[in-house]
Order: sequence, then structure tokens, then C-alpha cells
Amino acid sequence: MTGAELDRRKVVGALLERRGALLVVAGLGSAAWDCTAAGDHPLTFPLWGAMGSACMIGLGLALAQPGRRVLVVTGDGEMLMGLGSLATIGAQRPRNLAVVVLDNERYGETGMQKTHTGYGTDLAAVASACGFADSRIIRRNTEIAAVRSSIYRGRGPLFFQVKVKRDSLPLALPPRDGAHLRHRFREALLGKGAAAQ
Amino acid sequence: MQRKTPKTHLVEAIDWPAAIHSALKSQRVRQVSYVPDAGHKRLIELCHSDENMAAVPLTTEEEGIALAAGAWLGGERAVLLTQSSGVGNCVNALTLTSNCGFPLLIIVTMRGEWGEFNPWQIPMGQATPDTLRLAGVRTLRLERAEDALATVTSAARLAFDGYGAVAVLIAQRMIGAKSFGAKP
Repeated sequence: MTGAELDRRKVVGALLERRGALLVVAGLGSAAWDCTAAGDHPLTFPLWGAMGSACMIGLGLALAQPGRRVLVVTGDGEMLMGLGSLATIGAQRPRNLAVVVLDNERYGETGMQKTHTGYGTDLAAVASACGFADSRIIRRNTEIAAVRSSIYRGRGPLFFQVKVKRDSLPLALPPRDGAHLRHRFREALLGKGAAAQ
Repeated sequence: MQRKTPKTHLVEAIDWPAAIHSALKSQRVRQVSYVPDAGHKRLIELCHSDENMAAVPLTTEEEGIALAAGAWLGGERAVLLTQSSGVGNCVNALTLTSNCGFPLLIIVTMRGEWGEFNPWQIPMGQATPDTLRLAGVRTLRLERAEDALATVTSAARLAFDGYGAVAVLIAQRMIGAKSFGAKP
């Protein structure tokens, strides 16, 4: 048991309110619903599939936009499927990239089966061993303000494994049309002309 | 591969990896991800030493599909360099490309098709063209070193101007089969 006290929606809400120029990639499943519950936004790219890809999309974006902050919000199951991407990010060391894993130690969309974090995998230690500039497990509400501050201003790559309660929350679904998600993101980031290139 | 046959000299004289590098530059490709392959050795080195390119070593090829999607979201063009065995690793990640309509350029060095010494390379090598086709990736064959510039340029245009997923399959015959020291 995690004995976690943190509410995932409140955590994501606190990280994404007044988000300014922040670019967000949301991993499939609950993490994408959490980001949508905080307010659907053209500069959030939510995934409905391609499990394990969230961090690498974040890296491509961070390399392309070194002047912008990039945040990947994903779940423990999605992160575990792309564990190697932590080594790939560690090799690049993008200063503008942060990863937040909402860790309920369960595969929430498929029947709440235990993930490897539930069996003891310490994702923050993995990220740290891969060369992330800062990597921590977060358990308390009092730590969220510091996480937020690091995401918007800290030197990356950053990794926060946030232990959250095992809630089944109401669905908050983002648009499903991938072409629409791609286009609205590019238009909001690059402008109408460039997005059409 | 080690034997200095006249044919090998001819292939090296053309310097097709430099031609591919030059095609990628002219097509404004900025992020080059790869899982190493002997056939990509020189191209990887050229990309690492190019200050206008970010060379990104991957732990598995599917990372490169996601990286390319992120690059495009951020306004940059990417390419993935892989051996044919890595194509199989990309299959579910290609959902991202086809669902969202991301442009994608992959350059594949083929194994398991011409003078292959390692039987473990043959199943995936033989399945590579159909695997890509089923996953929605168009393929162009590169058989001759002198076609490298034109083929890769054309593939990049098809990908980035045609908003498609395109793979260039570099024939094993062109690269030279790895012999592990055995006499062919």
C-alpha cells in the first residue's frame, strides 16, 4: 500500500493553472483525463494510444523548442512501457523538460492490476540513475508548490514520481481525432502560417 | 565487408552516407535519432559532428517514432536511422504517425536479404517491407550508391511535403553483407 494522500486531479490542476507558455504532453489513460479535467488546451497533446511514447514526444518537442518549457504528465504504467526513454533523455539532458508520473501503482484503465511500482520499482531512482538533474518521489501536498516552481523555472531534465490515491474518477475526455490534436497544437505554437507548412 | 574488392572501392568512392547527410540537410532535418547499425556508421558520425543537427541515440527504435512526432509538434523535422530488425520494434508506435498524420522519415539498412550470414536476421529482414506497408508506411528502395541523394531527397519530400510516413530501404547488397570473418 502506498498510503498516498495526494489527489491526482488536484495535483495536475495545481501544476497546470496559469500555465502561461507551458507545452504539455499527456500520456494515455487517466493522466490524459486529468489534464483535460484541468482544462482542455491546444498546447496539450493528449495520447489515446502509442503507449510508452509520452516521454519521447516530450523530448522531441523540448529539442525543437529550447526556449519553451515542456511538461510530460503520464501514469506509472505508461512510463514503465517506455522506461528506456529515461536513458535517452538522460543522454540529451534537455534543460527545459520535466516529467511528472502520477503513480497509483495500478493500471487504472484495465481493472486496477498492480504495476511494477506496486511491486517496488522506484522510477525516481531510475530517472536519477539515467542522469536527470533532479528526480524525486513526492508524497505530500506541501511539496507541490516546489514541484510547480521547478517545472516552470528549474533546470531540467526533471522527474517527479507523485504517489497518488487509487481513485476511479469521472472521465474527462480530450478530443480523439489525432489530426485535429496535431494541427491545433502546431497552430497555437507556431502560428497559422507555419502550422500549414 | 572487410574484403577490398573493386566493387567496394567504387561504393566507397561515391560516399553515399555523405550523400544522405547532404539530402537530410537540404531537407532541413534537424533531429536524427538512431539505434546504431554498421551500415549507418558513417552517417551517424556525420550527424553527430553537424552542429545544426541533434543526434539522439535511442534504446529502442520505437522511441524514434515518438521523437519525430514531438519534433514536428515543435516545428522541426526528424529522421530515424535503423536496421531492418528495428522496424518490428516500431509497430504499435506507428499508430501515432498514422492516426495524427505526422510526417515520418525512416532510413532502414536491410539485413537478412543478400548474403546474410546470421539466420536470426532473416525473419525480420524478410518481413520488413510488408510490416511497414501494413503499418501505413510507404517504402522506397535504394539499390545503388549513386541514387542515395535523389532517393533520400525524394523520400523526405514525400514525407514532409506530402505529410506521409516514408521509409527508404537500403539494400543489403549495396551496404555489403556482414560476414563475421567467414569466407563468403
